[in-house]
Amino acid sequence: MLLLALDTATPAITVALHDGTAVIASSTQVDARRHGELLLPAVDRLLAEAGLGLDAVTGIVAGIGPGPYTGLRVGLMTADTFGLALGVPVYGVCTLDGLAYATDIDGPFVVATDARRKEVYWARYADSRTRVTGPSVDRPADIADEVAGLPAVGAGALLYPDTFPQAHEPQHVSAAALASLAAERLAAGEELPAPRPLYLRRPDAQVPKSYKVVTPK
Amino acid sequence: MTDMRDEPLVLGIETSCDETGVGIVRGTTLLADAVASSVDEHARFGGVVPEVASRAHLEAMVPTIERALKQAGVSAKDLDGIAVTAGPGLAGALLVGVSAAKAYAYALGKPLYGVNHLASHICVDQLEHGPLPEPTMALLVSGGHSSLLLSADITSDVRPMGATIDDAAGEAFDKIARVLNLGFPGGPVIDRYAREGDPEAINFPRGLTGPRDPAYDFSFSGLKTAVARWIEAKRAAGEEVPVRDVAASFQEAVVDVLTRKAVRACRDEGVDHLMIGGGVAANSRLRALAQERCEAAGIRLRVPRPKLCTDNGAMVAALGAEMIRRGRPASGWDLSADSSLPVTQTHVPGDGHDHVHELSKENLYS
Ligand SMILES: [Zn+2]
Repeated sequence: MLLLALDTATPAITVALHDGTAVIASSTQVDARRHGELLLPAVDRLLAEAGLGLDAVTGIVAGIGPGPYTGLRVGLMTADTFGLALGVPVYGVCTLDGLAYATDIDGPFVVATDARRKEVYWARYADSRTRVTGPSVDRPADIADEVAGLPAVGAGALLYPDTFPQAHEPQHVSAAALASLAAERLAAGEELPAPRPLYLRRPDAQVPKSYKVVTPK
Repeated sequence: MTDMRDEPLVLGIETSCDETGVGIVRGTTLLADAVASSVDEHARFGGVVPEVASRAHLEAMVPTIERALKQAGVSAKDLDGIAVTAGPGLAGALLVGVSAAKAYAYALGKPLYGVNHLASHICVDQLEHGPLPEPTMALLVSGGHSSLLLSADITSDVRPMGATIDDAAGEAFDKIARVLNLGFPGGPVIDRYAREGDPEAINFPRGLTGPRDPAYDFSFSGLKTAVARWIEAKRAAGEEVPVRDVAASFQEAVVDVLTRKAVRACRDEGVDHLMIGGGVAANSRLRALAQERCEAAGIRLRVPRPKLCTDNGAMVAALGAEMIRRGRPASGWDLSADSSLPVTQTHVPGDGHDHVHELSKENLYS
């Protein structure tokens, strides 16, 4: 078994290879605006480093968000298309689950990432493997009561200390954690969700004034 | 005649607006043209909603690629390259197509060609009428484009002659259809009503046609306002709006200016071929008037069938095939979507030290 995991639902462009037992290579770059440019070269370097070709991969693991849509789609479209070209299954994993899995917090906690527009994507966990509520998208002040007294991880938690006074690292998800979590669940015979995006919001139904791009002058 | 098997077999992906297009060509021969459109989802907003389009592209991409391969009866491993619209267009929508094309090319070990959407609109005519004459004058008109372009080599030399200074022609059709309560998109329905109307019933203004106006630029904003005002005045007076005559007169004003300027550009530049592309090229009156005026001026008119005029993947594949045929450099794996890619940039070559293509080929199908 060789899983290629990737996630672009947070500012991180993160990729990892997992052989069913352990992560054999991983890389994470943080650049919220360049997911599209950075993902494929990152995959290419990862495979080169491991001395493997993409055709050795037996499954793709993709972070399904929630996350800012444009970046999120880069990872999911890449995963879908790899799956098509290689004829291998594509598994979805909630990005917040990947973040939770990377923590070593004992007991209940919260994962919150930056949803922009003064909101966070968040979920509550009983432990690093067990999500109890969410994922949801809310204004931090509106969920203060629900998360009161709980430790929190993720950039969304670090961004709003009033709501998340016990916030700490990690900020972003790592594909290594995502891959390990997926490998564990697959080994346990669990079914993973389809690699479809968790947008959690309806699209902004605004037609821009000039709704198609006009030829540059 | 060249052996068709020697011609490059290319799959093209187009997602610059609301159509998810995947086409497959062999050289200048069309093998597949699969399109999934999200137009119905945009209709109630009266225009294309970028986020709705991007979401639809993600869902439609894999099934549309599969459909195109099946239609063409070819196997992905036989492809010689993958082409994709790198721009211009809606940023988020473009990025979905670019991501798919990169992953597909990489996984198959094929070269990737990020190409210009406007050049693709011109190049698609090779699938209909054979190799493009050089030079070719092109009039591109759609909801997003209204430009006059002169191309001496579609892979490397496309020059802007003129463009709209405000709205695209297709936008004007959408707006007037909305004012007339005819729905979205406006082009086909205006065309239909106009066929039963009198194009000379109302004399709507012809934008930028004065002696001191730029010769090849367009403006449809003033026309749009004039038509809307005329309709509102009728309604305010409690009179019935003659929908067919308004549609015909409005349409006449648009196509009169478009064809007049296109023919003038051909004459001024000594070009004897005019191609018309883009969604508005499906307009029957535009086709008829362009034919008439080109004939009178001794210009050969080339207009692809309507399905090839609207956004599709075959046009991208057509330009990709031409890039391969002329030995143009492939794009790098860091290719990005560029929502305002200049029309002069026909493609987006990599930095030249792209060892990656070699690597993937070696690793995959050695
Ligand atoms: Zn177009």
